[in-house]
Amino acid sequence: MFPPRQDVLRLMPEIILSLSGILLMLIEPFLSGARRTLIVTLAALGSGLALVSTIYPATLPGTAFSGLLRIDGFSVFVHVVVEAVAFLVIIGSADYLDREKIQHGEYYALVLFATVGMCVMAGAAELMTAFVGLETSSISTYILAGYRRDVPRSNESAMKYFLLGSFATAFFLYGIALLYGATGTTQLARMTFPTTPGRERLLDLGLGLMLVGLAFKIAAAPFQLWTPDVYEGAPTPVTALMASGPKAAAFALLLRILATVGAAGTFWFWALWVSAALTMFVGNLAAIAQSNVKRMLAYSSISHAGYILVALAAAAASDQVELGVAAVLYYLAVYALMKLGAFIFVSQLGGESERHMEIDDFRGLAVRQPVAAACFALFLLSLLGLPVTSGFLGKFYIFNAALASRLIWLAVLLAINTVIAAFYYLRVIVVMYMRQPNQTWPPAPMPWAVTFVLSIAAAGTFYLGLFPGRVMALATQAALSLPGR
Amino acid sequence: MPISYYLALSAVLFGLGVIGFVFKRNIITIFMSIELMLNAVNLAFIAFGLALGQLQGQVFVFFVIVVAAAEAAVGLAIVIVIARNRQSLNVERINLLKL
Amino acid sequence: MSGNLAQAYAPLLIHLLVALGLSAILLILSSLIGQHRPTREKMQPYECGITPVGDAREPFDVKFYLVAMVFILFDVEAVFLYPWAYVFRELRWFGFTEMLLYILILLAGYVYLWKKGALDWNPSKTQRDRQT
Repeated sequence: MFPPRQDVLRLMPEIILSLSGILLMLIEPFLSGARRTLIVTLAALGSGLALVSTIYPATLPGTAFSGLLRIDGFSVFVHVVVEAVAFLVIIGSADYLDREKIQHGEYYALVLFATVGMCVMAGAAELMTAFVGLETSSISTYILAGYRRDVPRSNESAMKYFLLGSFATAFFLYGIALLYGATGTTQLARMTFPTTPGRERLLDLGLGLMLVGLAFKIAAAPFQLWTPDVYEGAPTPVTALMASGPKAAAFALLLRILATVGAAGTFWFWALWVSAALTMFVGNLAAIAQSNVKRMLAYSSISHAGYILVALAAAAASDQVELGVAAVLYYLAVYALMKLGAFIFVSQLGGESERHMEIDDFRGLAVRQPVAAACFALFLLSLLGLPVTSGFLGKFYIFNAALASRLIWLAVLLAINTVIAAFYYLRVIVVMYMRQPNQTWPPAPMPWAVTFVLSIAAAGTFYLGLFPGRVMALATQAALSLPGR
Repeated sequence: MPISYYLALSAVLFGLGVIGFVFKRNIITIFMSIELMLNAVNLAFIAFGLALGQLQGQVFVFFVIVVAAAEAAVGLAIVIVIARNRQSLNVERINLLKL
Repeated sequence: MSGNLAQAYAPLLIHLLVALGLSAILLILSSLIGQHRPTREKMQPYECGITPVGDAREPFDVKFYLVAMVFILFDVEAVFLYPWAYVFRELRWFGFTEMLLYILILLAGYVYLWKKGALDWNPSKTQRDRQT
């Protein structure tokens, strides 16, 4: 009855993450005084070890735990993205938490638990497993969003995220129930077209409800309303996590359903098409109007969800999902790095209580902190999609996938949106490089931890922009490892 | 008893939950609406399990219940913190962040 | 089908009707026959024989909510014990170790709560300082 040993090994990253999270919670109450170093080291070690242990699932593909999990190249790719995000967020949070006087072990434990949930989502081959993973990651991030508990904005962010998130989860769950009723199973691989006509409608309805639930999680229009508020109110390192990790996991889940359940592609296609177009425009047009950089980045992350949706629609449209799936995966990696870098930079620059978040506060930053400003400019240019940066190649692959699936109009809309986005990204860069420095507040020197995170993100952005070969090969391999329709 | 009766009831409950979520202004009431939606799903799971002659449907309900409890605890905690800081549980007054 | 249905639910329906009818008759009878001399004492809400003090809708101490939250969690987590107990014999050692792991994780949560002072009804001053 015991699961075979390789099943446990396949689950190694999740096990390490959970254990280090539990350990952190257990030692937290016993610590006093010089706690910061120990806590941060433990958390970083836990997420780092999990990242390293991904070698086990990578070398042992197959289904695990009687078909609940499917460990393949796809899940490993998403695992690595999500774990790297957790590792960088943990290191990048330490100084922020010190400044806000909320340096607790629970914070890191919650980040680790959220990562467990995302990892499970990436590997789930069964819908209830996916649901439990989704909830593990969501519930942890609800708490993290309200982590500055004496700050009303943070409270509000947590409340909005919680209410709308649970609302979306209920839709997702109802979708699962209907799919279960229609096909008699929750195993994705065994969901075939039901033969009785009534059941078919159940299947469509279930797929629709699941799409609505996941659209909330990835902040796709018309379900993106919560995003700017939640991202703005949450502590900035948490925003960095929310914008990159859970989004990647939710996209992974969407992709897996799309690639495994035959009916999903045809049924979702138009919804994905419309949502992609809407999401791009809503995100970009609203971002132009923002004066708060954190909020602007929040809207920009909505628009990026739109770009990824284009690739998703491309995957849904054609019989060959690989091109679209690989484009999504590549973009997820690219997007996670640049968005994380941008948010971590903003969290450092914001200073105590996140006071300096207006575009005006960034005046002349290039003079005062040339290296950091250059990093931020790099992230913004990459978000915009300038050549040499990773954002360009990411967009290129999406473009490619869209054209291969003959989604000409969607590709045109993507190009138009890139031009619109130039307005607000370039504005920040102009302010940083061409205005006189702001004299009223001195930007704090960059702590080494933040410098470390920024340099990794910047290096990754360059690497993925200049040498896409290896990662793209991995993404394609991952896409091919999906069972296929 | 045909299964469609249970499903109809479940759909109605789910719909009531959605309506409550959209129109109610008190956080606790909104929260209860979400719980209603989750329980509607539970009913659907059990009905389908019964119709399919599987135990799975009932086991899923356990998972939903436990997850809902965890969600409820976090929700209550958030509500307490807000009540402490703001002295109000009306969502319209919780408007520091513009929507 | 509908005939079956009516038959299956007939006892329930009869029970419902009898219950409603009986209580309605009793209420009507007592209001018709009984004497009514309302006094201040009689009109007070009944609280197990204790004289009510103040408004019943006064806010509760936050501690109650904390206990409620902890209770919900630990109470509901136990739900998995029921199906487990049912198939325990078939699962043998596997089932035992699995449940042991599960309980150990819950125990970790319990230790955390305890050490954080969440179970202390009257936290001492030092603990109160540490919490804030």
